[in-house]
Amino acid sequence: MEARFFQKDIETMKRADIEELQLRRLRWMVDYCYNNVPFYHERLGTAGITSGDKIKTLSDIQYIPFTTKDDIRDNYPFGMLAVPMKDIVRIHASSGTTGKPTVGAYTRQDIENWSDFVARIVTASGVTEKDIIQISFGYGLFTGALGLHFGLEKVGATVIPASSGNSEKQLMMMRDFGVTGLVATPSYALYLGELVRESPYPKEAYASLKYGILGSEGCTEEMRLRIEENLGVTVTDNYGMTELTGPGVSGECHLRCGLHFAEDAFLPEIIDQDTLEQKPAGEVGELVVTTLTRLGMPVLRYRTKDITRLNYEPCACGRTHVRMDKVMGRTDDMLIIKGVNVFPSQIESVLVATENVGPHYQLVVRKKNYLDTLEVKVELVDASLLESFGELQALQKNIHDRLKSVLGLETQVTLVSPKSLERFQGKAKRVLDLRNQPQEQ
Amino acid sequence: MQIQQLSVFIENKPGRMAEVTEVLADAQIDIRAISVADTRDFGILRVIVDKPKEAVEALKAHGMTVTLTKVIAVGIDDKPGAFSKAVRLLSNEGFDVEYMYAFISRDKGKAFVIIRVDNGQKAAEALHANGFQILEPETIYAM
Repeated sequence: MEARFFQKDIETMKRADIEELQLRRLRWMVDYCYNNVPFYHERLGTAGITSGDKIKTLSDIQYIPFTTKDDIRDNYPFGMLAVPMKDIVRIHASSGTTGKPTVGAYTRQDIENWSDFVARIVTASGVTEKDIIQISFGYGLFTGALGLHFGLEKVGATVIPASSGNSEKQLMMMRDFGVTGLVATPSYALYLGELVRESPYPKEAYASLKYGILGSEGCTEEMRLRIEENLGVTVTDNYGMTELTGPGVSGECHLRCGLHFAEDAFLPEIIDQDTLEQKPAGEVGELVVTTLTRLGMPVLRYRTKDITRLNYEPCACGRTHVRMDKVMGRTDDMLIIKGVNVFPSQIESVLVATENVGPHYQLVVRKKNYLDTLEVKVELVDASLLESFGELQALQKNIHDRLKSVLGLETQVTLVSPKSLERFQGKAKRVLDLRNQPQEQ
Repeated sequence: MQIQQLSVFIENKPGRMAEVTEVLADAQIDIRAISVADTRDFGILRVIVDKPKEAVEALKAHGMTVTLTKVIAVGIDDKPGAFSKAVRLLSNEGFDVEYMYAFISRDKGKAFVIIRVDNGQKAAEALHANGFQILEPETIYAM
């Protein structure tokens, strides 16, 4: 496939030009925040950065204080706004699984810009005006569905706002409408893929499918292969969050070697999550992002809690904006078990690469006699191993041993019946941490 | 000469065994013989029933994981040493026994052993050629 661009002049700018643009916008942004958001007026004032002129080079960004999710929550709902409500045309909010939702507020210009970012990433993955794209993200406060919706319309693709749920109907629309692309979370795409495989319709009924544009949660390489095989699509990953705008902050091109950041609008840094110091390019750490064009709710040095790495090499597709690796985990879904850092994605990659077990899993963390234990529940694919008890035991041992080598940790692997674990239509919740619960007998 | 055995996956949780047997009871299925292999975490329930196909359908309809496995059923005189002769024969002929379990028949003087070996058909023929009674599926199902 040939590389396609939505805003080629921006997407292929020279590095020096990108940095010059970023510096100019960062200085403007500091002024804008200092003058329009009381929260930032105080924060920046305390740090002595009372005007954008104080920022001489891009590396001076390290003198700007961080913004955290707690800051946004403390200013719930509209304390972070830089414009009066009459200028806001839309409100989104994140799912808020841990307390009050995180609110995002958008001016008309913000929506236009956001649609451009999304248009860039869907174009990069191959989508054109000829495509028919089914959006199976839940519509509502969540930024995923409407974000992709507006960006895809901007490209000129035909959008089917299917929303999530009613999976049989999702499959029917894919067959009947000649859908060429699916927008969903990786776990929902995985589930739809299972249904397609078991569907009474031949695989050719879904032959028009080409693109899987997946995001809003992590997707391991193995999971991606499984989805591609079952749905017959090429999967591209995209990244974003309500605090920064929504999807479109970065996304993969058809070459799939990192997610291209919209660097003209989002300035990324990698920091050490403990010392909070900036790390050199190429090192793994927590992603911190400053919005450079956002008007409704600008954020400076937002700590995403996502762990990744930045690569400033231009991509073979021609894009020059920095690429981030797929998110390796989150500082807050990292489990610490017996002092060992464990990311669910590590476990997932072992399970998805193992034959005879399904990709769905649940992790249960308990405390027994003051020691942490990790149980990994995984589904058998079917009854094919039941003829031999030895093979089932070998499968269990094989998973246990591979987890041990990947995590360096003893786990209890529990095989469960096919389709007995919960399926998720939005973000999957796969970790059950019972360590603060009374002990089970 | 081989008969169909149900192999049912059982998660090691309270009540799982009861669920399986209740489904079979509701479907009016008679159990001829039963055996369980288990670890701490899971088990396989092996069952010989009168109507294997119906049993599989009923269990599947209840979301259970089940498959049919071919085993051989050997009739053995209920007296000391009879069983060891059968086992010795299989061993001498190079058949690997994966598992076995036994039950006593209503007919006086006979016991039955269900045997799972790699090459069931050949093993059945070898036993038969040496005078052991190999039960036909119909006989077991109608027992």
